[in-house]
Amino acid sequence: MNPEELFYCETHEWVSITDEGGSKTATVGISKFAVDQLTDLVFMELPEPGTEVAAGDEFGEVESVKAVSSLYAPVAGKILEVNHDLPDKLETLSEDPYGAGWIIRLEVSDDSALENLLDYQAYQKQCAEED
Amino acid sequence: MTTALAHTPLHAWHKDQGARLVDFAGWSMPVQYTSIVDEHVATRTAASIFDISHMGRLRFDGDNAASFLDHLLTRRVTDMEPGQIRYALLTNDQGGILDDVLVYYLESPHGARYFLLVVNASNRDKVIAWTQPQLAAFPGVTMQDRTTDTAMIAVQGPAALEIVDPLLDSPAASLKYYTGTVTRQMKKVCIVSRTGYTGEDGCELIVKASEAIQVWNNLLMAGRDRGCLAAGLGARDTLRLEAGMPLYGHELSEQVNPFQAGLGFAVNLAEREFVGHEELRLLREATGNQRRVGLSLTGRRVPRENYSVLCAGQQVGHVTSGTFSPTLNKPIAMAYVNTANAESEHGLDIDIRGKPTPATLVPLPFYSRNRK
Repeated sequence: MNPEELFYCETHEWVSITDEGGSKTATVGISKFAVDQLTDLVFMELPEPGTEVAAGDEFGEVESVKAVSSLYAPVAGKILEVNHDLPDKLETLSEDPYGAGWIIRLEVSDDSALENLLDYQAYQKQCAEED
Repeated sequence: MTTALAHTPLHAWHKDQGARLVDFAGWSMPVQYTSIVDEHVATRTAASIFDISHMGRLRFDGDNAASFLDHLLTRRVTDMEPGQIRYALLTNDQGGILDDVLVYYLESPHGARYFLLVVNASNRDKVIAWTQPQLAAFPGVTMQDRTTDTAMIAVQGPAALEIVDPLLDSPAASLKYYTGTVTRQMKKVCIVSRTGYTGEDGCELIVKASEAIQVWNNLLMAGRDRGCLAAGLGARDTLRLEAGMPLYGHELSEQVNPFQAGLGFAVNLAEREFVGHEELRLLREATGNQRRVGLSLTGRRVPRENYSVLCAGQQVGHVTSGTFSPTLNKPIAMAYVNTANAESEHGLDIDIRGKPTPATLVPLPFYSRNRK
């Protein structure tokens, strides 16, 4: 996925929405910036498929030597799929955060929260301020 | 309102390297340059250098300086020989720990003998405020804060001494552990001590602030082919934790006494008097409420500071430091637990964000190097 075409939460999750015949699917991951800030990842907790989440709900966590960070759902929906390869291959998150490093896929029930997300430019600006 | 952070003489170098800088006790300090784990592993397998210039350095001169420090510290100072260094505690009247320090007894090239107290950055102002008013009872003793006109660099790891020694007139390898000397590096006066806070062999250098960057670069150059890295406070913390060393503000505080902290070895009560002596004598006989212990976990979730330690669902203590140990490849923690639970066979759990996770009591340190 092209990071310039994604939407971002202030909490560093990215989301990409595809619309196939009116049914929207969201793919969610975390940004390269977030992974670089965490460094030294040691653990990741993922949800079970089927779980319903509201926008802003915590759906998992990623932990580094230094700190633990919660993962938040950018939009509301039901979790369809979870990238179960990740916890045993955390390096994928830094090697390919917008591709093989995807974390969950959601069947979107409500994407109104998209309005509050940042586009690439705005997200880059936030990262520059945080760095 | 924000207060400007203090900078060590190596601050510009840290910034140039893209180090992640944080506020540590009022100093802008590097947490990591690349990865905490890489810097940690380099220290265990090769060597690393740390800017520890934020540590407080207080110099005491005068004929009564030994008696003065003896009056303040839990270890005897009056019998120290030039070159000796001791780990000691500064305690208050209640026997609570004000700071844990290294006291150096040194002799300058001109033959002047003096003491140096290396104190935690977070306690420097407190130690000065505690010490200053007590000087009056010891005529002739002076205290000078040398923190900002000097820099301090730790060189740690199995290759540390090979890296340092070509730069020094008097080799660190000839020093016994916990001794130090005033020598020269590149013709400039410096203090070298066989000390550290990583559990590895190595030494610490104190140089003039203006010479710090040259010494730092010389060390990096000398260590380049040996895998030596610059390491930040992140690795310093994971290294000291594996080595079972307490950190003030985490394992140590004014509310903790030395015996609970497992630092009875640093308290010498026999035939001497010092601030807190009487209370400590009583505390030594008492079985304290809680004791510092080491805990080891399986899995990969990391116990963090202030997480509860549970026994059969009841809180029996709290975590003071925790990390994922890069050397042991498992989560470890130091914690204070009720004395009854510190030796008990009853299983303990750490409440990791709502999930009780089994933790096993293990003797400290978690890691100890093979000594030659």
